Amino acid sequence: MSTTDSPTIPTNAADPGLRTRSTSAFRSRKDQVRYWILLTTLLGLGLAAALGLLLYNNPVPVDSPSFIPVVQRRMVAIIAMFIAALCHSVATVAFQSVTGNRIITPSLLGYEALYSFIQTGIMFFLGATALVSFSGSSAFFLQVALMIVLSLILFGWLLSGKYGNLHLMLLVGIIIGTGLNSLSGFMRRMLAPSEFDLLQSRLIGSVTNADAEYFPLVIPIVIVTTLGMYLLSRRLNILSLGKDVATTFGVHYQRNLILILVMIAVLMAVTTSLIGPLTFFGFLVAMLSYQAAPTFDHKYLFSMAFAIGFAILTTAYFVLYHILNSQTVVSVVIELFGGLIFLIVILRKRSL
Amino acid sequence: MIKIRNARKWYGEEVKIGPLNIEIPKAGITALIGPNGAGKSTTLLMIGRLLNMDEGQITVANLDVSSTKSADLAKILTILRQENHFVTRLTVRQLAGFGRFPYSKGRLTKEDERIISKYIDFLELTDLEHRFLDELSGGQRQRAYVAMVLCQETEYVLLDEPLNNLDIARSVQMMEHLKQAAREFGKTFVIVLHDINFAAKYADRICAMKNGQIAAFGTVEEIMKPELLSDIFETKIDIIEGPHGPIAVY
Repeated sequence: MSTTDSPTIPTNAADPGLRTRSTSAFRSRKDQVRYWILLTTLLGLGLAAALGLLLYNNPVPVDSPSFIPVVQRRMVAIIAMFIAALCHSVATVAFQSVTGNRIITPSLLGYEALYSFIQTGIMFFLGATALVSFSGSSAFFLQVALMIVLSLILFGWLLSGKYGNLHLMLLVGIIIGTGLNSLSGFMRRMLAPSEFDLLQSRLIGSVTNADAEYFPLVIPIVIVTTLGMYLLSRRLNILSLGKDVATTFGVHYQRNLILILVMIAVLMAVTTSLIGPLTFFGFLVAMLSYQAAPTFDHKYLFSMAFAIGFAILTTAYFVLYHILNSQTVVSVVIELFGGLIFLIVILRKRSL
Repeated sequence: MIKIRNARKWYGEEVKIGPLNIEIPKAGITALIGPNGAGKSTTLLMIGRLLNMDEGQITVANLDVSSTKSADLAKILTILRQENHFVTRLTVRQLAGFGRFPYSKGRLTKEDERIISKYIDFLELTDLEHRFLDELSGGQRQRAYVAMVLCQETEYVLLDEPLNNLDIARSVQMMEHLKQAAREFGKTFVIVLHDINFAAKYADRICAMKNGQIAAFGTVEEIMKPELLSDIFETKIDIIEGPHGPIAVY
């Protein structure tokens, strides 16, 4: 290059991250170091809180034969948190990337509305006994299948052929979701208070809703889907640049979009059926992970989002159960504090 | 060579583009000019397979753009649209690095890094390569986008109004860069331009469009005629001989 560039080399050399001419997922080495420190800290925090939930305040002494069964029972909740954190974080980050919009969540596609509609509908039409007996693997997988079918219809109809419009699909998703929500709201109004109480416990997301019976099937599905998503990271990096740029780089946009939306549908359907709706959680996790991982690369974004999600869930449960001795529904607390943290982050950063 | 045969695009009953028939030869800069709504961008997008045509056939280097695998076309042709907006914050170098995707699929090799550096230096973005795009001025950002498509190392480069929102100095600088890229790297540029005089000064060929049809195609001297341009732009346009070739006065 011409000599006019030479004065800049000393300034670049001041920051070791800028000296070498290579393309990194992070702007500077400093950002990268900060990322790894944050990731390790958050994973450590999540792990510590999980261990705390497992072992702390165990009613029986360590040497008692019933110590292990207590831990095993608590393990179910930890696994549920793991699944919820994985599903929500990966699904939301991927969803925001393919839609090119960072203020929406996959809940917009109506999974949670459909879930509460199914639950309310069973209670309304078939009564409390039916709702209680609507559990077990077949009921669980029926729900998951219904949610996936709903999204497949939505994608198939609105993303291919002459409509081929992502925003139209989101709009229809929101309208379907709102419609289902008002229908279930209407039915809920006509329930007896005792029935309503029983229903309400299912409609607020909680890891205590999780049933270990589903784990043998749910865990492999979630692991395979998230692993697939992780392997698609490089393609997601390109898809997040939008349809035109992705096509220019030879990535078949429509096909990849539908593939990723189907994977998102699987993750959201599984977690919603397992522990109920956590509308704001994925959004909060994604938002925080963009701040903690200043990079375009989904490989790093996914890991950070999961670490944040798991840390939030486990610490929230630990603090509520063992420090505040309260059994308040955690999702309510997460949404309250999540909303606050979100506002603070936005007001400080002034950007998404 | 870019061959367009009977390409048509209908935007409803009123607005019809085509049938277009043209053969744009290899190498050099071809400028697409014409009034608003003449179909310049539509034509460019159809060549760049970002817009499906309703009828006809377009081949670039003998590859049919509608049937060739998109990944293969990405090594032959690239297109840059007017508006680019990304949700993620990207540095100039990261953006340019994306241009290597058709080859590296996201794993940049040493050779990729060398090519990225080459085009960043070429567009005089060396000092800015670790800046985020939102920390750049309009002209610098536009150069960064051009660096991205040049990194794709395609024979054919289509640019939709690359001078949009640039001042005179930035526009001249951009056109000098493109001219130099055409000469040095033997690339074929097809560029939508609004300013006839920029086309006259920097293009090797001009394709004038009007009402969804190709009105004229030829060398700068052949197109820079007062009657022809006045007719195309429906405005009185005179041509005077300037120090660097013909100049349109309107």
